[in-house]
Amino acid sequence: MGKLRLISASGILLVLAAWALVTYTGLVDALFLPTPTQVLLEAKKQLDDGTLFLDIEMSFYRILMGFVLSTIFALPIGVLMGTSKYWNAFWEPLVGFIRYMPAVAFIPLSILWFGTSDLQKFFIIFIGVFFQAVIMIADNCKTVKKSVVEVGLTLGLNKFEIIKDIIFRAALPSIWDTLRTIWGWAWTYLVVAELVAASSGLGFRIMQAQRYLSTETIILGILVIGILGLVTDLLFSYLAKIMFPWREREKISN
Amino acid sequence: MAVSELVAQNVVKEFRDKKKTFLALDQIDLTVGEHEFVSLLGPSGCGKSTLLRLVAGLDKVSEGKILLRDKEISKPGRDRGVVFQQYSLLPWMHAWENVAFALKKDRTKTKQKKKELAYHFLELVGLKGFEDVYPSQMSGGMQQRVAIARALVYKPNLLLMDEPFGALDAQTRKEMQDLVLKVFTEARSSVLFVTHDVDEAIYLSDRVYVMSAKPGRMAKEINIELPKPRDWNVQLSENFLKYKREILVELQNQKKLK
Repeated sequence: MGKLRLISASGILLVLAAWALVTYTGLVDALFLPTPTQVLLEAKKQLDDGTLFLDIEMSFYRILMGFVLSTIFALPIGVLMGTSKYWNAFWEPLVGFIRYMPAVAFIPLSILWFGTSDLQKFFIIFIGVFFQAVIMIADNCKTVKKSVVEVGLTLGLNKFEIIKDIIFRAALPSIWDTLRTIWGWAWTYLVVAELVAASSGLGFRIMQAQRYLSTETIILGILVIGILGLVTDLLFSYLAKIMFPWREREKISN
Repeated sequence: MAVSELVAQNVVKEFRDKKKTFLALDQIDLTVGEHEFVSLLGPSGCGKSTLLRLVAGLDKVSEGKILLRDKEISKPGRDRGVVFQQYSLLPWMHAWENVAFALKKDRTKTKQKKKELAYHFLELVGLKGFEDVYPSQMSGGMQQRVAIARALVYKPNLLLMDEPFGALDAQTRKEMQDLVLKVFTEARSSVLFVTHDVDEAIYLSDRVYVMSAKPGRMAKEINIELPKPRDWNVQLSENFLKYKREILVELQNQKKLK
């Protein structure tokens, strides 16, 4: 385990080293790629005046709302699609069609409808994430083993109980993985939405920095988004371990 | 054998797809008496598991009737308990919760009572001390013990077992056979047991149906009149070997006909 950690760390260190090498030696103009020191100084400045946390807070609020809204609707619709052929017949063509429409293309329309308000960010995240989530959650339910469903049938459970107590429970770990993937995508759509029309948030900060050619702000923004993504991803997998303790347990001998 | 728990009359099962029809079971007659242990024995592809699924109500007959205490079967129900071949436990539940889950529809019992019953039946199948273990932590044999406890706990009239020990090693299989003899004698339930193991069928059963394949038909019906309670010694007795010879000759003749 320790060995694997070391290998993981060395990958990151290697990239950092390469970055330091090309910038400190002046191989690349600081205008195009700032040195790690410049980025750290920018971080300190933003921490001191509070903009960094304000941006994070703003962006986090938007992504959370967009994600929660999508999930609230995607979960029941996806589960029903995965368990009822009628629901599936109704939703599949609709969802299948819309999910190929690029969410980014909705931005002009979204601004027309919602201005540059937070609602517009929620909308873009929703468009980008909801339809994918529905299809993936439906698939999670469709791949539940027939044998456990039949156990429910032989125990006299009705259709609703089979969906609630067996299929949903059996699919829950993979649904959780789906949400984790979806969360990652939500970040992308959030930043895209903020780049185009916002007056706060991490995406806005990056866009604004471009005007003043302050690449260290851009790099800082990108790094912060990456770190936030990593932290939330770890949180997802940590919660999975708590919620699904029955997975990957070691065998005991009789 | 005065009362019949289960009667199947002229049961035909066809599977259809766009191109052709496949006849899986042809004109099957079958009875299981009260407290009787009946085995379906036959080569793979003879439709014995298909027949069991029809009785369980998981599939529908194409023709004919299956009656359970004079009532026609239309869907699965709690009057029958099923032990599947494998992977039938709910992996997110502890052993005792898997057993208690079978009592979910029983509104007459309290939660505490259900838990007590689950513990009791786990003890009966030799799993005392393993109540709080997840299926993923158990060996195949232990998992099947839990599945048996789950099928017993709600006291169905008829137990259906679909090659329940097919995936187990020889030693565990023998232990499970003795367990089955013990618990079913105590529970006095009627059992319909599917197997392809000749010794297992004779050892456990009061009556054995030998089936033939393509299409699945009843080839022979043999009453096993061996003394009870049985233990492994009986497998060396002359009568046991007589039954075994009879069945093996039948299975051999089926091959020659092909």
